Amino acid sequence: MPAQQTPALKAPLTVEFPFTRSLGPVQSAFLTGLRHRTLLGVRTISGQVLFPPTEYDPATADELRDLVEVAPTGTVTTWAWNPAPRPFQPLDTPFAWVLVKLDGADTAVLHALDAPGPEQLRSGMRVRVRWAQERTGAITDIACFEPYESDNDHQVGPHSGEFEDPVTLFTAPARLDYTYTPGRAPTDYLAALADHRIVGERCPSCRKVYVPPRGACPTCGIATAEQVEVGPRGTVTTFCIVNIKAKNLDIEVPYVYAHIALDGADLALHGRIAGIPYDQVRMGLRVEPVWSGDARYPDHYRPTGEPDADYDAFKELI
Amino acid sequence: MPPTPAPTGPIRDVAVVAFAQTDHRRRTDELSEVEMLMPVLHQVLADTGLKTSDIGFTCSGSSDYLAGRAFSFTMALDGVGAWPPISESHVEMDGAWALYEAWVKILTGEADTALVYAYGKSSPGQVRDVLTRQLDPYYLAPLWPDSVSLAALQAQALIDAGDTDEPALAAVASRSRADAQSNPHAQLAGDIPSGDYLVHPLRTTDCPPISDGAAAVILAAGDRARELCSRPAWIRGIDHRIEAHGLGVRDLTDSPSTRLAAERAGAYEVALDTVELHAPFTSQEVVLRKALGLGDDITVNPSGGALAANPIMAAGLIRIGEAAARIHRGESDAALAHATSGPCLQQNLVAVLEGDPRE
Repeated sequence: MPAQQTPALKAPLTVEFPFTRSLGPVQSAFLTGLRHRTLLGVRTISGQVLFPPTEYDPATADELRDLVEVAPTGTVTTWAWNPAPRPFQPLDTPFAWVLVKLDGADTAVLHALDAPGPEQLRSGMRVRVRWAQERTGAITDIACFEPYESDNDHQVGPHSGEFEDPVTLFTAPARLDYTYTPGRAPTDYLAALADHRIVGERCPSCRKVYVPPRGACPTCGIATAEQVEVGPRGTVTTFCIVNIKAKNLDIEVPYVYAHIALDGADLALHGRIAGIPYDQVRMGLRVEPVWSGDARYPDHYRPTGEPDADYDAFKELI
Repeated sequence: MPPTPAPTGPIRDVAVVAFAQTDHRRRTDELSEVEMLMPVLHQVLADTGLKTSDIGFTCSGSSDYLAGRAFSFTMALDGVGAWPPISESHVEMDGAWALYEAWVKILTGEADTALVYAYGKSSPGQVRDVLTRQLDPYYLAPLWPDSVSLAALQAQALIDAGDTDEPALAAVASRSRADAQSNPHAQLAGDIPSGDYLVHPLRTTDCPPISDGAAAVILAAGDRARELCSRPAWIRGIDHRIEAHGLGVRDLTDSPSTRLAAERAGAYEVALDTVELHAPFTSQEVVLRKALGLGDDITVNPSGGALAANPIMAAGLIRIGEAAARIHRGESDAALAHATSGPCLQQNLVAVLEGDPRE
């Protein structure tokens, strides 16, 4: 049977990765300072003040520890008007991205500028920090900048960087939303599966049947196309006993997770084994898929009651 | 800093002998990454008559973040035929850096041929947001500054410095899309009306299309290269350099890393006739021309460049492939190819390619 053109499947996919990051001494002082409305830069060996501060000199790699306090006022060095704010950006109304050189600093910080429109913006304009109401020790403790006329007469002073409650860890939540599309071969596989049929694809060169198919033969490096219905019965080639409950998974432990070589397939797939005590599952056990309700895929596999398969019949598929 | 030693030629002659790319498209919902990639792998193998088993080293470039698929590069290897195990590597970078690794591998003598490929499928996600995750996690990433906004900050700095203006940027866009009309793989070609500001001062026309696509290259050494290709594109040199981490530390109107990489790759010791710049935004072409000191006598981006198609992670490798293909076809004798990575031209790679003298 040749591959058919099934409309591409799609599903929302959200990836979240809330990294917790440790801070070095300079970043810890800097972020703790923000919580206290104190703006700390770091002085390099050559006397430049870097804001935001780095642990090491970007030019010389010198270790930097000489903290100084810069002013909450500064000058825009470049800007970009953002008419359509995106998720998680500092402001949810149109705003400007700016690089701002704070008074006392020799380098610029990236942040948002709350301004009514692009007509009011120019490089060289004066701004000041608007602090966030709730401050946690993060760059977002600066809510944004706002236009503010003032003179640049700030004299930087040294700062110990010591606070009573130093921030030493920083949690950075992140979330990306995708529309997942599995591709041609997996779409056909999943469409058949919803119809309670298990359809692999055969390599035109080595003739192996891959289930589930991913569209290519990993040995020959060529596209698979010929669709082959396999199973539904198969043989447990190997298995493990799961004793730790997975988060958000409503299955009682212990349970068995197995590699199952479906009849006619040249590659074992994964599945959970049920309908038999976990300690009676064995290599060679004959099983079949169980669909529950209107599920698009088998919930688990259960014993067929057939005699076990000979080891020689499945040893190449382990 | 110690003085930069004068560049010398590579210790082994290595050439790009084949190049293929997909037609680049806004969406490829019907294809997985390996399904998108396989045709270009097969094309470079067919063009050279090589089989997977003939390839000494395979190296790829891609990023799982683009399509949100963990370890997608291992799935992509299915398209190579990586079993029994092959000598293989991957970089979570543009394929131009994969080509660099493969070139070094051949220079060491451990391989005589290499397959390099790259792919990017941006359509499943919001690429402007996805790219924020490559930024400094302490000072930048929590603000989610998207890729267009960062490029716009650079463009405004260029305008303020008097290096360009909006009409000049529009001219880069229209020249690129006009040249792309002769590139059958281009996604955006022809006369495209100047759009609205996406992020001021960049209009939609100053920005690259969002692309799904893939590309592949074969490298070969010495006589092997001459057997596989009638006019190999010899790699005179490749070098890559990076700018300081903080955007506010850099001069965004210049690209000293590109200039240094070009010097180290030997760009100033040959008579370049063609340049393929990886400048996804019109303003970045201005920065790169200035940094490299390019005159008007050199053909820049005859393919249309990344403004015509921008499959992220492959667009830099495509610059090398396009430059090499012009040498293969006899349309160039010495070409510079550039690839970039990160915000505002953070990291830059320069490859210098030469054809044998014409008879």
